[in-house]
Parts: sequence; structure tokens; C-alpha cells
Amino acid sequence: MKTFRYIENIALLKLDVETCIGCGTCIDVCPHGVFALQNGKAQITDHGGCMECGACACNCPVNALFVNPDDGCGCAALIINSWLARITGKNISGCGC
Amino acid sequence: MALSTLNLWVLVIDTRGINVWCAAGKGTFSTEEVIYQVKRCRLAECVHHRSLILPQLAAPGVAALKLKEGCGFRGKFGPVRITDLPRFLNNDMQADEQMRSVTFSLRERMALIPVEVCLIYKPLLATLLCVGLLSGIGPDIFSLNSAISRSLQFLVATLLAITAGAIITPLCLPWIPGRQFWLKGILAAIPAALAGIMWFKDVTSILSVIALCSWIFASASYMAMNFTGSTPFTSLTGVEREMRRGIPLQIAATCTALFIWLAEPFFS
Repeated sequence: MKTFRYIENIALLKLDVETCIGCGTCIDVCPHGVFALQNGKAQITDHGGCMECGACACNCPVNALFVNPDDGCGCAALIINSWLARITGKNISGCGC
Repeated sequence: MALSTLNLWVLVIDTRGINVWCAAGKGTFSTEEVIYQVKRCRLAECVHHRSLILPQLAAPGVAALKLKEGCGFRGKFGPVRITDLPRFLNNDMQADEQMRSVTFSLRERMALIPVEVCLIYKPLLATLLCVGLLSGIGPDIFSLNSAISRSLQFLVATLLAITAGAIITPLCLPWIPGRQFWLKGILAAIPAALAGIMWFKDVTSILSVIALCSWIFASASYMAMNFTGSTPFTSLTGVEREMRRGIPLQIAATCTALFIWLAEPFFS
């Protein structure tokens, strides 16, 4: 997947190295090889590869990871609807896909 | 098929036909759902071990550590693809980097094209109807002949845009320069617009050609941008940023096209 790159350094992904216990779960669940273990702690070695799927944050035993919590996958119409919903204060109405 | 030589139980999670990854992202394939199915199927009575192998892409929805306290089974993430499961089991239940990585091959991208095209046809029909009505407006109030001939030109332009935005962009994704999809769509629309010019230049006015090309660029760019939702590597933050840049230009190009299209009969 290194052949496919999206906009670099924009994904909302934060790792609190202090809290990290170095269990390596994030490395196991990340589909894009964003993490590596260095000196017994996880490190973000490829921030640009992150697609905010949230697998690492969902499975981190000590909540050391933060990923954009907004619902990720969807077509452009769904994102437009979510913007409109934010403006009008209504619930997201889906996109008809 | 991948499991035909293996001796194991399969616990089915009902995602209503949605793939594991999207279902995990949307909360259908979740920690709670796995716990519920383990209990409902009385899995503890079927097997004497207490471990579950989860598809790796369930990880956005399933917190493997929470399964133990919820249903007594220890969750372990396996490979992304089920075809790698025999290798995973032979490898002492360890996934190597290849088993852990998602791919987006030409074949996988090709499989998505029907999805993109099928999603377009409803808005396409509605747009055709509206443009058909607008195309007839002219100095003699409404001309059916003009409505039909101009609608056909619009249809050809739209089909060229669909080819560029929903077929060429997915297929040639890694080879079209740039990162942002709305820009990739514009690049893919250049040959489509050139083909459109060749087609239209002898059958309609220069103003119409400009309007049609503007429409090709706007709609191809939107369709390419829409494809971000089908790829396995685009982040929502990135998609929102490129949409904030792309959509104003797409709207401007569409309005330009519409304005010229409506004005054209009064100038020719």
C-alpha cells in the first residue's frame, strides 16, 4: 500500500508515548503499518499513512491513542449531509446510497 | 473455500451484507455484537478452547481485550484476508506484514466501478430531465427540437464525465498525479473534454462547447472526489479538506455551464 499515498500529515492521530505500555496491539491492528515499536514504546513512524480507521484507538488497552472519532467511510454526499446536519442541528439523514 | 482444508468453527456476525471493515466502522461488527453472538450460539458448549480469531479489519469496531470479560473468549486478530488464514494458523497465529496490510489492486478497483456508476444513474436521470426542460428555452419561448438535440449533447458530455470521473479515475488512480481526488478528476477530465470538443465542434456553437466542457470538468471532479469513500487509504480529515477546496470550484463551474447553456440560444 505504500504505492497509495493520501494528503500527508493531515490525519488526526495522536499517540501519548508517556501512557503507552508498548504492548504492540496498534502494530497488529493497523492496516497501513503506521506504528513501530522503539525502545519498548509504540511510535508513529508513518503518520501520512494513517486513514483514521480507528482500529488502534479502539484496541489500545491504556487509551494512549486518539484518532478522529467522526464516522469515517462514506460517499461525498454523506459528508455534505453531515455538514448540513451540523449547520441545521438535525440528525444526519444518510445519502441514499 | 479458503477454509475447506481446515478443521474449525466459524462464528457468523450478521452485518447485513456489509463487508467487515465498513461494518466495523459503522458499529455493526462491534464488541457487543461479537459477545452477543458468542452467547446466542452457545459457543462455549461447542468448543472447549476459549479463543476467537477475528478478521483484522474488524478492529475499528471490536476491542479484542473486552471480549474476555464479556463472553469468556479471548479475541485475537488474524489476517486481513480469509485466504491468509491457513498461513496464519501455520505461522503460530502470527500475522506477518503482508497479512496485515490492505491492498488496492487494479482488480479491486475495477470491482468498485459498477458501484460508482450505479449510484450515479438516479441523479443522472433527474439532471437529464431538468436540463432537457431548460434546453428548450429560447427566443421562441420553448422549442422541442432544440430541447431534444441539446439534451443529447448534454447526455454525451455527462457520459464522458462519468467515464473520466467514475471509471478512468478509479482504474488509473495510482498513475494520475496528485493526492487530492477532485484534482485527479480534473486531470482525468482533460481527455474527456478533448473528446467532447471533437464531437461537439461541428454540431453546436462555441458557447455550447464551453458550457459542456465546464460541466464535464465539474461533474468528473465531483465523481472522482466521491471515490474517496470507496478507497482503503483516505482519511476523513483529508477528504473533508479536499471537499472544502473542490466543491466551491465544482459549483462555480456548474453555474458557469448552466448560465452559458441558458444564454446560448439567445446569441445564436
